[in-house]
Amino acid sequence: MNELINYTLQLADNSLILGHRNSEWTGHGPILEQDIAISNIVLDLIGQARNFYQYAAVLINNSTNQQFNQSTTEDTLAYLRNENEFKNCLLVEQPNGDWAKTILRQFFFSAYQFYLYQHLQNSNDETIAAIAEKSLKEVTYHLRWSSEWIIRLGDGTEESNSRMQKAIDDLWMYTDEFFEASSYELFAANEGFGAGVSLLKKDWMKKVKDVFDEATLSVPAELKQQIKWFGKEGKHSEHLGYILTEMQFLQREYPNSIW
Amino acid sequence: MHNQEEEKIFLDKIDKEIKIEPKDWMPEQYRKTLIRQISQHAHSEIVGMLPEANWITRAPSLRRKATLIAKVQDEAGHGLYLYSAAETMNISRDEMIEQLHSGKAKYSSIFNYPTLSWADMGAIGWLVDGAAIMNQVPLCRCSYGPYARAMIRICKEESFHQRQGFEILLTLSKGSEAQKQMAQDSINRWWWPSIMMFGPNDDASPHSKQSMAWKIKRFSNDELRQKFIDVCAEQVKILGLTLPDEKLKWNEERKHYDFGEINWEEFWNVVNGNGPCNKERLAARVKAHEDGAWVREAAAAHAKKNPRPLKGRLATV
Repeated sequence: MNELINYTLQLADNSLILGHRNSEWTGHGPILEQDIAISNIVLDLIGQARNFYQYAAVLINNSTNQQFNQSTTEDTLAYLRNENEFKNCLLVEQPNGDWAKTILRQFFFSAYQFYLYQHLQNSNDETIAAIAEKSLKEVTYHLRWSSEWIIRLGDGTEESNSRMQKAIDDLWMYTDEFFEASSYELFAANEGFGAGVSLLKKDWMKKVKDVFDEATLSVPAELKQQIKWFGKEGKHSEHLGYILTEMQFLQREYPNSIW
Repeated sequence: MHNQEEEKIFLDKIDKEIKIEPKDWMPEQYRKTLIRQISQHAHSEIVGMLPEANWITRAPSLRRKATLIAKVQDEAGHGLYLYSAAETMNISRDEMIEQLHSGKAKYSSIFNYPTLSWADMGAIGWLVDGAAIMNQVPLCRCSYGPYARAMIRICKEESFHQRQGFEILLTLSKGSEAQKQMAQDSINRWWWPSIMMFGPNDDASPHSKQSMAWKIKRFSNDELRQKFIDVCAEQVKILGLTLPDEKLKWNEERKHYDFGEINWEEFWNVVNGNGPCNKERLAARVKAHEDGAWVREAAAAHAKKNPRPLKGRLATV
């Protein structure tokens, strides 16, 4: 049961934290139409997070003795867990940087989510399968939108190309985490409610290569063996602490309030 | 056709409540007035995103976070319709944005006040959007077709925002003592600036008379302000909170609420650039625009190199 809870929380945390980061663009986008587009993606991501948190809350509430525990909700999960309890990957908590970096982060993540949710649609856990199926429609759009921007920026001006290349240099190192299974992901894959993440790598690499080719961008060399420092196991970068401090402040400052 | 004949046709249409459309002849001053008003309105939507966006990352629940983002996104959408409506009068969005950034074009002064607590998301919805709706509902019948049609859609969304804002305050007013105080403090700060949104008193409003004759405007500033105050004075009772005006009192003879003196010195000060956030708001817009310059250039360069739209070529995704 713990593995199912952790697996569900990981799916939720990834969407929430990326949504949070993207939402920092709302009102500040480079073009009004794109301000609207990225805000749409934020709404999809927060919607996904809520679905998964609500499911995790049900699982947690069913597995604990309610007489002694305050009931868990989507909000207690998002607002009252600490840094080391969050399971999002390092990529999604990275700062926005410029539009190139934001676009690339979205593209890497959407491509991963696209193949992941294709598997999860067939999860033997009905709720996970249903959320994945619904979300896949959104993710398909996110992947198309971010791919188009990768191509525009890669094959745009000299400046946009070099900004894209710089973003790739900054973010490439975080992509390996997608495909390195945590203990609960291994369990999930074995039990049939989750996906074998290492198996997603081939499709993901092909997608990245195709889009980068069209964008006249180069795919970096295979990463050398890195130390395993993964957000999915609760080990984060310094950025997450600030995100949570900001996000959780009202809930922490005024405990047990209704908003 | 002589100008006089054209003008007669124009005035005839105004008289018969037939909409003026982009290709119709119109007096130069009518066109100028509308460009000024519509672009100012569009700029207000865009600058107005900033004070609320300020609380997106701190919204206290996932539901509140999602609805706040959706609201701010609606404002971007309103900006888009309005820029498009203004573009039918032969001015480009780039020109209008340039006028905003240079300070030549104005936006609603209300957005030069800071958002200092979560309750401000409620007060802005209830009071600021509420005042905007009072102003905007009559604009759905404005004589210029594209503006009137844009306003119909905007008003529907705005009234949703207003209910949402009121509901935020209602929740706070039923909450802890600290939450109630947060709500009251917010109303105290937003009330007077909100009723200033209707503009100067009628005798000090330079553009009003001609706009009324051309049916761009249907009610005077003071009429709309009074209507708004009458509504809010009742609604605040539901919240169990108060409006910060000691002179606010029902006048049985007038069948309206009497209210205290508006601080017009503050109003003109903020209009003229000396409000708490004028500089920050404009700087944030200019920064977004300048930081986005390379993105717009890249998109244009790519489109020039590749006349086929990207969508078709990425069909496999």
